[in-house]
Order: sequence, then structure tokens, then C-alpha cells
Amino acid sequence: MPMSFFLDSQTLDAIALTLRLATLTALVLLFLATPLAWWLAQSTSRWRSVIAALVAMPLVLPPSVLGFYLLVALGPQGPLGRFTQAMGWGLLPFTFSGLLLGSVVYSLPFAVQPIQNAFESMGRRPMEVAATLRASPLDAFFTVALPLAQPGLWVAAILSFAHTVGEFGVVLMMGGNIAHQTRVVSTEIYGHVEAMEYAQAHELAAGMLVFSFGVLWLLSFFKTERMRWWR
Amino acid sequence: MGTMRQITILLMLWALTALAQANEVLVAVAANFAAPMQKIAQQFEQSTGHKAVLSFGATGTFYAQIKNGAPFQVWLAADDETPLKAEQEGWVVPGSRMTYAIGKLVLWSKQPGRVDDSGNVLLSATADRLALANPKLAPYGAAALQTLSRMGVLPLWQPRLVEGQNIAQTYQQVASETVPLGFVALSQVMVEGKIAEGSAWVVPERWHDPIRQDAALLVRGRDQAAAQALLTFLRSEPAQAIIRSYGYALPVSSRAH
Repeated sequence: MPMSFFLDSQTLDAIALTLRLATLTALVLLFLATPLAWWLAQSTSRWRSVIAALVAMPLVLPPSVLGFYLLVALGPQGPLGRFTQAMGWGLLPFTFSGLLLGSVVYSLPFAVQPIQNAFESMGRRPMEVAATLRASPLDAFFTVALPLAQPGLWVAAILSFAHTVGEFGVVLMMGGNIAHQTRVVSTEIYGHVEAMEYAQAHELAAGMLVFSFGVLWLLSFFKTERMRWWR
Repeated sequence: MGTMRQITILLMLWALTALAQANEVLVAVAANFAAPMQKIAQQFEQSTGHKAVLSFGATGTFYAQIKNGAPFQVWLAADDETPLKAEQEGWVVPGSRMTYAIGKLVLWSKQPGRVDDSGNVLLSATADRLALANPKLAPYGAAALQTLSRMGVLPLWQPRLVEGQNIAQTYQQVASETVPLGFVALSQVMVEGKIAEGSAWVVPERWHDPIRQDAALLVRGRDQAAAQALLTFLRSEPAQAIIRSYGYALPVSSRAH
């Protein structure tokens, strides 16, 4: 049906919201994961393994379980919920900020691990050379370590973006699947399937499929071609 | 003068959007009632001017969300126990609960002629697998288990049961013919008042406790005219016709409990 190519406002809102959420999640994660990955790559502290395990937790927790604990912790009776209320930020569940927070937690390992790998594979040598040239550690980090880790940063950004687009359990639990507010593409598909509107569900799912393929293709491009060009 | 007029127009527009928002009601809808509720919401908007914004999900999820500050104002649950529990805990406006639909259980197969219209197919082991929804989580699953047990054929079928996570999953297992026979909701296999394909036995009500689906006014919707109006509209003739056309029964007198 040609008519079905004209998406209704609810679907357009869901697509726009998904893209906004995924972009912001990737940006926030780049700022958050880079120092964390640097610390994990450099530190010899005995807390290192504990923090590394905590960062990897979202990989093994079922998304709906993670979503449930975030919902309870950020709810009116939860410790974090009391904190956000005391700070005058209100309650985060069922808002866009809540979705963003949930997505950042959920995609954290996908951002930290590629950056950490990039820092680790660089070795200590470049930083030592920078130090002998009298670069301050901070200066060396920005002018030596970060540029060397650039492919890892790209992989982290793409992976956390794609992972957020595909997330379902966390956003359904924390967002409540409210039209025009917290309904993203994945929860929109769920609604169509439950309402037995398979045509609309197939359309959106096909879009997701094409999109995911594009992202994964871009990813392998960054991992192989781009690296080759730099050498 | 021009600026004054612009400000007035802006103020009027702002007032209009504020009004439009006041007429919106946020509704948490049991996933199995998604299709009829979309139709009801359209009619509701046409006849009252209020807009129902629907969210679909599992009843257990909604319960957790409502306890944790979800903005929903009206709740259409898939059972009658969860809204009762929510009322006892103070999340539901007392006295607002009502049964909006009664689910009908059906034994269904994709193959024509496989299921007879008195359920005799269950009396012997006619299939190696029988699908039903998780009886602990899904009211239709609990009703299916009761039916097997009251017919005295539970021991026969127990080793052959395939449990779906919810009634939607069970439907998919039977519809894809992964499982030859299964207990699903009549609303899932009925199209325009008829069972669309395969063969089916609508399980008589005496074989299981009624599958009541209750609606409730949530505390967030207490002073919301649109929320109250939606609950009233659910009992109206046009809404009830839609509910019946999707294979649900209605309580004899559908008043509040």
C-alpha cells in the first residue's frame, strides 16, 4: 500500500524521540566513558577489578530487571528519587531525562570497553615519550592519548548509539510507553504487535533492520578500512 | 498595537493548548485489549471531544510503574486481582473499579477439523504438545489449567504442556503451527464476530473461574473530567458493542463493584 509510506505523527514522534535519545546517550557516554576507560586502563588500584565488573553488569542483567531497579531507585520512595526531588529536578521515571539516564547506564559497557581497549593497546610508551618532552599529563592525554584512541572513540559512539536504538526492556519499564513523550520505535512496534497491526509492525521492524545493518557496516568500516588508511 | 495583538493571540493559543492538555487522559491498557481500546478511544474522542492517550503493556509492569509514580490516570488491567491490590495500597480511587470485559477462553488449532465443538479432542492424547500461557502470570493460563483439571485430563496433558510467557506468545506458537493445539483468548482468533481460521472450541464458563478484566480510576486521575468520562464511556452502548465484537463477554450488570 503506497499510503503506508506516509507515517502518522505518532510514528514520526517515536522515530524522532529514538534518534534524539540515541544521539544524546552516545554524547553523554563519550564524556563519561572516556575518563572511566582511561582510569581502568591505567590504574593499579585493587578497586579496578570491582569497578570493571560493575561497568560490565548491564551486559548480563536482563534489561527489564535493570529497568525495574532503576524505576524503583528513581521512584518517589527510592533513594535516588528522593535525591532528585531534593535537588528540585523532580522525578525522572516517565520523562525523557529518565530514559536518557536509563540508556546511559544500559549502554555504559558498550562505550567503556572499546575506549579502554584503545587506551590499553596504545601501551605506556607514547605517554612516557610525551612526559620526556615535558608535556603535562593532562596535556599529553589530550594531544597524544585521545588522538591515538580515536578509532576506539568512534566505535564506542556508534555502538552506544545503535544499542540505544535497539533497547526495549529498560525504556518500556522506565518510560511507560507514553505516546509523544516516552514512546520509542521499539515500544511502538510492541504496541502494533499487541494490537495485531502486523503491517505497521513489519514496516517499522524492516526500517530497524535496514538501519541496524547500516550501523554495523559502518562499524566494520571503522574497524578495518579506516585503520588501514591511518597507517 | 501590533505587538498587543500578537501577545493576545499568543496568550489565546497558549490557553487553547492548556485546555487541550486538560482534556487528555493517559490510559494504561492491558496488551490483550489493545485492538478494541484503539477503536473505543476513537469513538470516545468523537463523542466527547476528550483524547485518550493509550499505553500498552503487561498488567504486572503497570502495577510496578503506578507504584513508582507513573502519570497514568485510568488503568485497564488484564485481571481483577491487581487493581484490587492497587486499591488496597492506595493507588486507585476507592469504589472506582469495574469489570469492563470478561475474557473467553478458546481451545484453538490452525488445522481445520482438528478441534471439535465439544472439546473431545482433549479426552485422549491427540497431540504431542498443548500450548497455554503461564498460569502463574496470565489469567488465561490459569483458566486453561483449571479447565484441564476440572475435565479430569490434567495428568494426561501435564507432560505435554508448552507454557508461553503470556497469551500473545501462546497465540504465536499455535498460529505458527509450532504447537498443534493451544488455549488462547477468543479475542485473538476472532475477526468481525467469527473465528477466522482453523478450528476452535469456546470453553464453556463452567470449566473455569471468570476471566474478569477490571478498569480503575487511578489517584492521578481523581480530579480529571476526561478520566471519569472515559470510565463512563466504557459502559456505553457503542463501547460495549466494540468489546463484544472482539470476543469478550460483558458482566450481567456492568456497574462499579
